[in-house]
This record gives sequence, C-alpha cells and structure tokens, in this order.
Amino acid sequence: MIKPLIQWVEQSQLRTDLPPLPVGAEVRVNYRIREGEKERIQAFQGVVIGKHGGPKSLTSTFTVRKVTQGFGVERTFPLHSPSIESVKVVRLGRVRRAKLYYLRNLSGKKARIREKKNA
Amino acid sequence: MLQGMLGRKIGMTQIFNESGECIPVTVVEVGPVTVVQIKTLEKDGYESVQVGYQPITKEKHITKPMQGHFKDTAPTRHLKEFKVHDLSQVQVGQSFDLTIFSEGEKVQVRGLSKGKGFQGVIKRHGFKGGPESHGSRFHRSPGSIGNRTFPGRVFPGKRMPGHMGAEMVTVRNLEIQKVIPEKNLLLIKGAIPSHNGALVEVRKPKTP
Repeated sequence: MIKPLIQWVEQSQLRTDLPPLPVGAEVRVNYRIREGEKERIQAFQGVVIGKHGGPKSLTSTFTVRKVTQGFGVERTFPLHSPSIESVKVVRLGRVRRAKLYYLRNLSGKKARIREKKNA
Repeated sequence: MLQGMLGRKIGMTQIFNESGECIPVTVVEVGPVTVVQIKTLEKDGYESVQVGYQPITKEKHITKPMQGHFKDTAPTRHLKEFKVHDLSQVQVGQSFDLTIFSEGEKVQVRGLSKGKGFQGVIKRHGFKGGPESHGSRFHRSPGSIGNRTFPGRVFPGKRMPGHMGAEMVTVRNLEIQKVIPEKNLLLIKGAIPSHNGALVEVRKPKTP
C-alpha cells in the first residue's frame, strides 16, 4: 500500500514528451537557465554516457559528456525536470555497455562511437 | 484548531518547484483523527485533547477496558494527546483532517528512528578514530576513557559503544511543501525519522 502512494505523487510530474535517450546517442539538450529576472535557453550537446534510476521513476537522471577545447565536460540532468526545454537526438551510437565511462580515458580518434544504422 | 496530528511515513521522493529546482520531500499520510477525550483544567489539571488514529474494525481487537474508553466514539488503534488553542470549540467525536496544516508552514515531526544495533564510538558519537595505515595500530577504538588513581573512576555520561537508534527523535523546522487533502498526504521537505510505514507525529511548533 506504500509504493502506489509514492507513484501517485510522482505521476503528475513525469514527462512523456521527451524522446527515448539510448546510451551512446549524441543528443542536444536545451536547458532553461535563469539569470536574475531573465530566462534563456542553453544548449548542451554531447554523448549520453549513462542513465541512472528507473525509466518510470521521477528521480532518474542521465549524464551527457562532451569535449570542449580538450577538456571533457560531463553534465547530469534530471530526466523529468521542467527546466529541460527539449531534447533532440542527433544520432544514435552503436555501443555494448550501459555506462560509457571508458570514454573518460580515451581521446581523439579512439573516443569516437560508431553510428547505429538501420535503427 | 488542533496543534498536531498522527500519521504514517510513506517514503521519500522529489518534486520540482516553479523555478525548476528539485526538492527532496518525504510523503506522509496524515489523519484523519477523531477526538476521543477532552482533558480539562478542573478535572485533569491541564488542558489537552486526546485523538484517535486508524479505526479498528474487529471487535475482538479491543480489550474490555478500552471498550469503555471508546464508549462514545469509534475505537482506534493509536491514541495521542495534542494541545488546542480554544478548548470550547472541540467536542468528543469531532474529526480533524490534514487541512489544519497549510503550505509553507514549518512543522516538527517525531518518530521512532531506525535501529542501528550495537555500534562503536565512531558511528555512535562521531569520534575521529585513528589512521588506517602507515604502521598505525589504532583504528576505530575509543581510546582512553579517563585518568589514573585520581579520580579512579570513569565519569558518568562518558561516551562509549552501545546500542544506537530505535529511540524517539524529533526533527524541527521542516517546511510543508504541499498539502493533498484528497489522499490525506503531506509533502514535507527533507528527511524524517522512522521506517517507511511507521507511525509519526506531525506537530506545529509551540510558539508560532
């Protein structure tokens, strides 16, 4: 009798408008940022290297990694956050792991991910 | 208005507020409670209201003395006294629900904390402990517990290993994020003591 009540509380806040974000895909996350009074949208484009928490859980998150000027940058977004304006899947990747943490130790041509054709 | 209420801890989750921030909340099922007895200054020496929570449906679950106590109202599983500002507005049998609380209000929550068993001084009292390596042979022990012939005893209250948890704990200054009357649910910011499903007491602070 306990779990249904938690699910009932979470249900109204779950987002169903976002596309599926498979691990290995290159995505563009448009994230709302507040600067004082103003609100603007910042884009973060990179590879999904991991998803955390169940897909039906409000607390689930996903991590996106990109390399900027030689520095790896990782950002974790709450999957159901209203601050996410939209997410666009740029291309799907062919990977054999659920967590792509090995990308952190690779650079240059080694850090590429093969594209998944005929998805 | 009743100053507190009994409830059941459901568990934790999170909600997003208007500015998109993620807030950790505990879901608590609160009330409804019915007034079982009114304690007055003349008869009992103090003013208070005894309320009952969770009705008992089977008659065999009520002892004979408790049947007498519940002769004017429906029998309930839990009884607890709470303060009321004006006693004249309360009658026996009257029922209260969680609408006595409002969003943004600060409350106190009391519950039986999770039992941790027999624990050492590091977990139980926050002692520092010693180095783990580099030839150290002093790791998690309590160390010296006193002096020598003078005073020749260990002072009372010396913090030592022992049983931890499973005691009544009150957490104060918790903010109510949301009141959901149709399901009797309160969303309280932060963590509260006790297991999921256990009885807890949500109370308004003594001085508002």
